Order: sequence, then structure tokens, then C-alpha cells
Amino acid sequence: MSVKPRSPLVLALIGRFWSIAFLALSLLSLEIWSQMMLERTFVFSSYNIQAILVLASIPLILAVGQTFVIISGGIDLSTGYVMGLASVAAAQVLRYAGTEMPAFPALLLAAIAAVAVGAMAGRINGFIVATLGVPPFIGTLGMFGIARGVAYLFAGGGSTVAARNPILEFVGNGVFLGVRVQIFVAVIVVVVAYYLLRHLKFGQYVYAIGANRGAADRAGIDTKRNIALIYTLSGVCAGLAAILYLARFSAGAPQAGEPLLLDSIAMVVIGGASLFGGSGTIVGTLIGALIIATIQFGLVVINVEPFWQFIAVGLIIIVAVLIDQARGKFL
Amino acid sequence: MNTPTEMPMIRLRGISKRFGAVQALQGVDLDVGRGEVVALVGDNGAGKSTLVKIMSGVFAADAGKMFIEGQAEVFATPGAARAAGIETIYQDLALVGNLTIGENIYLGREPMRRIMGFLPALDREKMHAAAREVAAHLDIEIADPLRPLGNMSGGQRQAVAISRAIHWNARLLIMDEPTAALGVPEQRRVIALIKQLKAKGVSILIVSHNMTDVFEVADRIVVLLRGENAGDMIASATTHEEVVQRMVRGHRT
Repeated sequence: MSVKPRSPLVLALIGRFWSIAFLALSLLSLEIWSQMMLERTFVFSSYNIQAILVLASIPLILAVGQTFVIISGGIDLSTGYVMGLASVAAAQVLRYAGTEMPAFPALLLAAIAAVAVGAMAGRINGFIVATLGVPPFIGTLGMFGIARGVAYLFAGGGSTVAARNPILEFVGNGVFLGVRVQIFVAVIVVVVAYYLLRHLKFGQYVYAIGANRGAADRAGIDTKRNIALIYTLSGVCAGLAAILYLARFSAGAPQAGEPLLLDSIAMVVIGGASLFGGSGTIVGTLIGALIIATIQFGLVVINVEPFWQFIAVGLIIIVAVLIDQARGKFL
Repeated sequence: MNTPTEMPMIRLRGISKRFGAVQALQGVDLDVGRGEVVALVGDNGAGKSTLVKIMSGVFAADAGKMFIEGQAEVFATPGAARAAGIETIYQDLALVGNLTIGENIYLGREPMRRIMGFLPALDREKMHAAAREVAAHLDIEIADPLRPLGNMSGGQRQAVAISRAIHWNARLLIMDEPTAALGVPEQRRVIALIKQLKAKGVSILIVSHNMTDVFEVADRIVVLLRGENAGDMIASATTHEEVVQRMVRGHRT
């Protein structure tokens, strides 16, 4: 079969175009449904849009870390339970620190605990993958189990650790300038990640490692150190997502991130990143997050049983990867 | 050969390297003079690639010495070799397909600028300018410098790999089988490119199986056989037959 080869730039545009078109189509269907069934607008309702953004924010932060990992040709399966572990650690710190000191330093300690736990788990992933040479799929699956076990131990066997903090409650449920505060947090994470990936050497090396690790090595890039950094970054994102979870629910929970692993990988893949490594962008992941959250929220609005969300996201991952494979073969 | 008063660009003496039970190199000597083109030939498994990797800092030699313009050097990393002016173009070219030409030229040595005077950021404009400049300088056509290498042909990729070496003012350019993966017209272009570099005074070590290429560009031919020196001939004073004989049987006739 002879098919004209196309430039990667054209492919990138097609990939982006389809995901934007898909997002537009999802919103349009919801708008039509809403006009017909409820006789009111869906898209032009600030409530609906904010609900989608709030729904997207925590998995998006995990997906941002996952974007770096997937572009580098790896995958981080531990991110959901590392987030759960970090949320429990932060909640425990907040419980004790909250009684000893004012709200702000207590919150600071809890936030540091969450990020440190996430970073540590990520750094261990990086060591397992980069230095020990264990395939990322297996190495991070091991961390998935370890983080889950440690999280339940830290939680004293329970499924939640309640911890309240007034500042944190404002972050999780407050409104600033008419916008939910946690949306600002997600936006900051996205902007910083965009800068890291697009404008720093580190970002350039993430692509080089994913596309051709041998070439990166011979160009004098310390690929081991950079891979360790990539997984650490994913862990830090899990820690940040944990803080946001704690803020929203005033509790840490070992299983907090369990359903979010699937969501976060779907967001990255639907955003145009290739599971073969070497391609993907933060903007793509952002669009992917909006698509997943729109579909999830839409299913709630049209009153479908929530379990359909998992099925929908699962199907989306498979279809997105099929498209990615077909791109390599036929276009 | 070099006159005794002139320091060769690179001089290897007694280089040995063992991989487990395999003695890949045993006391190998090699000189490349300034502005000289030396061909390194030998059968498969003769140790050519291992020798190249020692010169480019990928492997460390078990024994032996390396001198760059008379200065003893040990390269612990590929970066150290490149800092000393040795650029290596590997058979697989070591390019990243998802990055642009300019980004490949600067891979591992990216130039930085500052956004709004303080925020460090990659200077992509400079990388792309270098891609255009090198292309013009080498008289090669490269497609849009803003496009990733993607589906470029083998010859174009070879040109990009050579551009990268030239951009960094290579004093010694090592080329591992530069024409092996190319179609005939592209082979001719790469050979023309090597002649052009030679005319500009770059020292070149070319590893090749292709005797036609070797005789077309080389001043001197160094033969390896099972990890040992098996001949060092002036190209204009030897023949295809003699070189092949040395590759197969060494000094014995």
C-alpha cells in the first residue's frame, strides 16, 4: 500500500485538531441535549464550566506529571496511590500540627509532607527504572503496591484520615474573583509544567530520551539523572494533587487517587502523546483533561449511572492508542 | 606519515580493550595527522567500532595512551571527547527524529536566552539560525529548519549529522560507515562532502567497508585484523588487492 509520508508537524496538527474537534463535539452534544431536555444552555453556564474545570483539576495535575513520563517513553502506574499516600501523610501531619500551631504554618508543614512523600516515591521509581533498568511498567506497578500498603498503614487501617484547616478549605472550596480557587492551582501547575517542558533543557531531554535514548547518551546527556528527575517530577505532581484532594475533602485517603490513574493516562494519550515516547505536549494534555472531564460531567448531567464513566474513559484510552498506532503505520 | 616535528591531531599507542572473554583490541596504534583523511578498514569484528568508541569517549581503554596534538588525554564521557574537538558521526547517526535540525545540532549543548530579562529559556531562534548557516556553508539542501527530522532521507540525515559536527568546529571528525545505509546518489553526495571538509583542513577518520570510497577520499589506510594492527599504507602507493589481503591475512603474505 503506497501512502504519501506526511510531516510530523502536519500529524501534530491533525492530532491536536481532532482532540479539539472532539471536545467541541462533546460540548455541542451536551448543549443540544440541555436545550431539548432542560430548555437552558449548557455551555454558557458558568456553573457547568466551573464544575468541569473542578472535576478536571486533580487528575490534570497527575496527568501533567504523567505527560513527562510518557514522552520519555515510560509510564507511571503508581501515581494514583502515591497521591493517596501523600494525602494520608499530609492529613496526619495536619492533625498533629493543627493542634500545636496556627493554621498557616500547620498547612505549610502538611504541604511539605505531601510533596516530600510524592518526591521520594517518584525518586525511588526513577532509581528503579533508570539505574536498575526495570521496565517502567513493572517498576511503577511495584511502587503502586508499596504506596498502597504504606498508605493504609499510615491511615491506621481506616479509609480516611480527617483533617481540617481553614486556609486549606478556602483553597478546596473557596471562590476568588468568581472562580473556584482550586482551578487557579491547576492553572499554575500547568503553566509551570509548560515552561519546564517547552523552554528548559530538561524538557528537550525528555523528548530526546523518549525518541532515541542512545542518541541522547552519545550527545553527552546524563539520561539516568534526567529519567530520575522525570519520575520525581511525576511524584511531586502526585503530592500536589494530594494537597488539592485534602483541601477539597478535608481528609486524606489511601484510595484517593485510585480512579484517577486511568483518567490521567487517558488525558495524556488523548492529548496526542505517543505511548512509544518522543511526542506529547502539556497543551495536548490540558485539552485531554477537558475532554475527559466534560464527558464525565456530561454523563452525570444526563443522569447515567456513574460506572459508565469508567467504561467511557477505558474505551477512550483504547481508541486513542489505536489511532496513535495507525498514525505510525498508515499516515 | 607525519614528520616527527609535527604533532598529529590524534595519536593512539598500545590501545587494548577486552569485553569479558573477547579481546577486542590488542596494542593498537593509530595516527591521524592535521588535515589528513585516514581510512580505518578491517573485516567484521576487527575492532574498528570499539576503537572509534574509545576515541569518542564511549568506552575507556583497558591499556594504552591517547594524545591529542601531543597532549595525553583520557575521555571519561562523550562530552569530554567533544570538548576536545572530536566529533563522531555514528552509523545510526545518533539523531533525534522528533527534534528539528537546529535542536539536533545543539542536542546536549543547548543555547539559552532570558525571557523578560530573567527567566531562562532555550534559544530556538539561535538553533534554527545555526541550521540555516551550516546548510549554506556546506552547500547542502535541508528542508525547512523548523520541521522535525521525521521522514528525512538517509542522505539528508547524514548531512544533518555532519552539519552538527561542523558547527562545533570539529578538529577531528570520526565517521563510522558514513555511506553504508545510503543509495548510490546519496553516497556520492556524502563523498563530495567529505572532500569539501578535507579541503577546509578538517582531520577525518573514516571507517568503511567500501573500498571505492576509501581510495577516493583517504590519504592513508590503516588495517585492523582481529583487534591488532595489520597494515598502514599510503593510499596512493597501494592497491585494492593489497588492502583486502591485509584485512584477511594481515602482514603475512
